[in-house]
Amino acid sequence: MSNFFEKSDLTRKDVDEIVSETLKNCDDGEIYFENSKSESILLDDNKIKSSNYNSDLGFGFRAISNDVVAYSHSNEISKDALKNSAENLKSTLKSIKGTYNHEIPKTNNKFYDDINPIEQKTLDAKLEVLNKVNNYLRKKDSTVKQVTASFSGEQKSIEIIRSGGEALTDVRPLIRFNVSVMLEKNGRKETGVYGIGGRQSYDDYLKNDNWKNVCEEALRIASVNLDSKPAPAGEMKVVLGPGWPAILIHEAIGHGLEGDFNRKKTSAFHDLMGQKVASEGVTIVDDGTIDKRRGSLTIDDEGTPTERTVLIENGILKNFMQDRLNARLMNTRSTGSGRRENYKHIVLPRMRNTMMLSGNQTQDEMIKSVDKGIFAVSFGGGQVDITSGKFVFNCTEAYEINNGKIGSPIKGATLIGDGPSILKEVSMVGNDMMMDPGIGTCGKAGQGVPVGVAQPSILIDKMTVGGTKL
Amino acid sequence: MIKDQEYLKSKASYCLDLAKKLGATDASVTVGNSISETVSFRNKVLDESNRSDSLAISIETYIDKKKSSISSSNLLTDNLKTLIEKCFETTKITPEDEFNSLPDKELLAKNIKDLNLYDQSHLENDKKIDYLKELEETASIDNKIVNTESGFTENKSNFILANSDGFCNGYKSSSFTASCVTVAKNENSMERDYEFTSKCHLSDISNPLELGKVAAEQTIKKLSPKKIGSDKISIIFDKRISKGFLSSFAGAISASSIARGTSFLKDKVNQQIFSNSVNITDKPDLIKGMGSKCFDSEGVKTETLNLVKSGILNDYLVDTYNGKKLNLKSNGRSGGSTNLYFENGKISYRDLLKSHSKILYVTETIGHGTNLVTGDYSVGATGFLVEDGEFKYPVNEITIAGNFNEMFKKITLANDLEFKYSVNSPTMMIDGMTVAGK
Repeated sequence: MSNFFEKSDLTRKDVDEIVSETLKNCDDGEIYFENSKSESILLDDNKIKSSNYNSDLGFGFRAISNDVVAYSHSNEISKDALKNSAENLKSTLKSIKGTYNHEIPKTNNKFYDDINPIEQKTLDAKLEVLNKVNNYLRKKDSTVKQVTASFSGEQKSIEIIRSGGEALTDVRPLIRFNVSVMLEKNGRKETGVYGIGGRQSYDDYLKNDNWKNVCEEALRIASVNLDSKPAPAGEMKVVLGPGWPAILIHEAIGHGLEGDFNRKKTSAFHDLMGQKVASEGVTIVDDGTIDKRRGSLTIDDEGTPTERTVLIENGILKNFMQDRLNARLMNTRSTGSGRRENYKHIVLPRMRNTMMLSGNQTQDEMIKSVDKGIFAVSFGGGQVDITSGKFVFNCTEAYEINNGKIGSPIKGATLIGDGPSILKEVSMVGNDMMMDPGIGTCGKAGQGVPVGVAQPSILIDKMTVGGTKL
Repeated sequence: MIKDQEYLKSKASYCLDLAKKLGATDASVTVGNSISETVSFRNKVLDESNRSDSLAISIETYIDKKKSSISSSNLLTDNLKTLIEKCFETTKITPEDEFNSLPDKELLAKNIKDLNLYDQSHLENDKKIDYLKELEETASIDNKIVNTESGFTENKSNFILANSDGFCNGYKSSSFTASCVTVAKNENSMERDYEFTSKCHLSDISNPLELGKVAAEQTIKKLSPKKIGSDKISIIFDKRISKGFLSSFAGAISASSIARGTSFLKDKVNQQIFSNSVNITDKPDLIKGMGSKCFDSEGVKTETLNLVKSGILNDYLVDTYNGKKLNLKSNGRSGGSTNLYFENGKISYRDLLKSHSKILYVTETIGHGTNLVTGDYSVGATGFLVEDGEFKYPVNEITIAGNFNEMFKKITLANDLEFKYSVNSPTMMIDGMTVAGK
């Protein structure tokens, strides 16, 4: 655990006093201290291209009155810096009053260990794995023209101090191992990318030479794409594979169910609570409590323990994801979804691990039912326009379906759909729910946070595929 | 107050001295401080204030051809000491890379021009609030506007870049940014659009009335969109979208993509890659330019580059490391392009709209559908259908797709270039792209 006051003129008592004094007339607020240590080691073009270590320390001080948020952050942990921030907050909230300051529920659950993954594997050992990856791939296939492999690891220690001296702490490990490979054959180049990660040590993910499986998967995706032909353009049926394709759920539905957009009535879902927004059989949850997953948190960045929040149950909209601010203004409770990228950013309601639960059909049945459509196995990034509800995502591995059979692979195409209506087009839900491999980062208002997704195979009756072949 | 040059210099020289003392053969340090103050409004009342004071230091140490780096936000001496020691130890066990080095001494910037990038004006939060009040009052006049959000950010930064070859320079810069996002609603749909202004100098930013008015008008125009059928069609890209093609182009000609062989523009220097009416310039010394730089992130001097002349690619964006790999000298583009723009075309905006009987006019794209390895492009789009030069109706939930190799050769540019951002383009038309819709 970090001692944030060790090297400063600040004592714990000073902090308590300044926080309590600044927030005495406010509805909510806290001071958030963060100490993060991170590394990234990159092999590229046959060489160790960079080895970087970062240490970041700072605080963010937040005061809230009604729906007005004042925030100030600094890297200097000192009495002066804290007092300056306090003055800045008071100047914004000079004529406003509040009394809420709702208590934080307690938890004894922990979803990961207090480890520092960076220290748990030597640099030499990490370099060795990266070199093995490079040699393995280049030896394996002569069409391999470029290999990039990387380790990134982080330990983030946080402490939240609230008015009255209540303190909450968390230590969060996070790692990711990534391999990207580019193939060239007959003048054509294609890439394949695969990664794994979560909130454990590197070696928990690399047991039994698991790096080889990561290499194989990246290589497989690139090889498939080398043989891909132009994607079709127009509306058709789409079968999504299990696991990572659930970023469709994340983009199409997830963002629209975040509390802030609904309080502000800018989400296409804001007036649909209790209504049918998906086909029967579709249940979607957002779960921060899955052991050691990338999107899991013991407590959120306001100190609220995370939970498993049911968003849509059997097609009916049940809950939004809430942080303290939006929960208070919407007369409900926080779902432990208040997150921030780091101390430089304000808290927003965000997703954790967003999952569509299994149904009882098989992927085979879905493919067989399609005359003309596509089968999408993996995706790159996605994006959504919350207001109009339109969302897109980009296929990185997809195939044609003709007369109930999987055909040729097709080039990366964008799929576009309408969030509020897409889940009503889901006509089959598979029995094969799978988590993603632990690689997702969600962006909102310029802040990136680690998230997870999961889903079974699903059949969507109508979606627009943005290929070039008419 | 923002940290002054003397403070930053003292931190930088402490780090360089310590690295040398430990045994580093070379080292370079960047130290920066930036303070920004933002006020946000929502539906005509104060929503948020945010003050940010950020320090950052990054250090690279070399032992001959071995290199490693660290970065931190904690500038306390004993933290810096620990980190530099760690960095040096890591460098020792990092494998050699023959291309690692500081930039060539003769390429380092010597004369630092004053490009007028810093305005010391300070706008008190109360004044920012007045600006946003006016802005949102204007934005919400029409009752179809159901939500307004706006923000005003003032940012001041200062930095020093120093290396063990004696380079030690830096300068202050500032920016003032105001933005407005509006949501409009009618019985058919709810739509969002925006407008913003960002300048180095406070006196140059747009009038709040203008900003609010434009945002509202653009949003209302998008109401009741239709989906069009799949088709091959000519597409006009609004200025705020056409500049994105330049950013992709800059990524594809960065020496790192070229050296790695992961760019569709590899080996294309001296070849025709755009239609012959297209010229692309990267100009670092634009007075008050949003992308202006006196030197690049390694201290190398920057000069204007005519990247594309009459459609022919002349140059890559070269930094020291990748330059050495490609046998090219750095042209001061470590960290990317500066003020990058398409030069004006010959046709007016009006005439461009009338150039075909049916045109899709794109005002927004979503998704990350740009593949710089293959040049394949596929994104979601919203915009308008234009017939015989007239805007007919808004369009959404469609995708547009093509491949840059072909798209670049079919570009026609209007003559309406403005310098609003660091990357700028006139309105652009590309013939014969695929639209996927109904």
